[in-house]
Amino acid sequence: MASAETLEWAIPSDTGEAQRVQEEIVAKIEAYGFSARDVFGLRLAMEEALMNAIRHGNGGDRSKQVRVWYEYVDGCASVRVEDEGPGFDPGDVPDPTLDENLERPGGRGIMLMRNFLDEIRYEGRGNVVFMKKCRTAEAD
Amino acid sequence: MSAASHRRIEVEEFGDVSVARFADKKILDETRIQHIGNQLFGLVDEDGRKKIVLDFANVEYLSSAALGKLITLDKKVKAAGGQLRMCNIRQEIKEVFVITRLDQLFKMFDDQESALEKF
Repeated sequence: MASAETLEWAIPSDTGEAQRVQEEIVAKIEAYGFSARDVFGLRLAMEEALMNAIRHGNGGDRSKQVRVWYEYVDGCASVRVEDEGPGFDPGDVPDPTLDENLERPGGRGIMLMRNFLDEIRYEGRGNVVFMKKCRTAEAD
Repeated sequence: MSAASHRRIEVEEFGDVSVARFADKKILDETRIQHIGNQLFGLVDEDGRKKIVLDFANVEYLSSAALGKLITLDKKVKAAGGQLRMCNIRQEIKEVFVITRLDQLFKMFDDQESALEKF
């Protein structure tokens, strides 16, 4: 099995297209032996990143594209999601775990991404998110 | 009234308690979450149900957008003087609730029997 591979997609701002890309990446990392928890974490992070790109970055405008780049190297999968929006500062998102925010319906996506990934950073003008998840050994 | 062809939850009544079981494994995409939200809100707003148990036995994935619907449902049930309980939540999803501190807000039980007990 190859130890490195790279794939790229450019999709319209469409949740169905985003699901299709996620399925492809999930199939890849499952084949590389990522545990159920690792797959869950990366999939959830990709879902949050793609929904943010489609809904907030591109404002749901189907004519705007989302670019997805995937790389697998030596046990680690990296995914970069780029939208055409003005970008944002993740520091501006209020902490959803504070008592006063606990019952607010939104604002939890980035927190989940941070917790389930090994690495996450925003690039460019804040319109690109880079995510990395490395394979861990099954605990059980 | 709501499209029966798009049923995303199966509801079973146990006395005055409604047990709503998610039909989907993945509660991710926006349209699906919207349908689920509408069906769940209908239990409170249209059917006047006040005691609801959400059964997550089938659910493998859940996004932050779905959490938003659960928070809104919890608020609706509380406003109606009722209570929302959850059960059969797999470990990864429980972790989602813990990370977001929603385990403090939601009442979670291991299985349906314990969720129904003394409800």
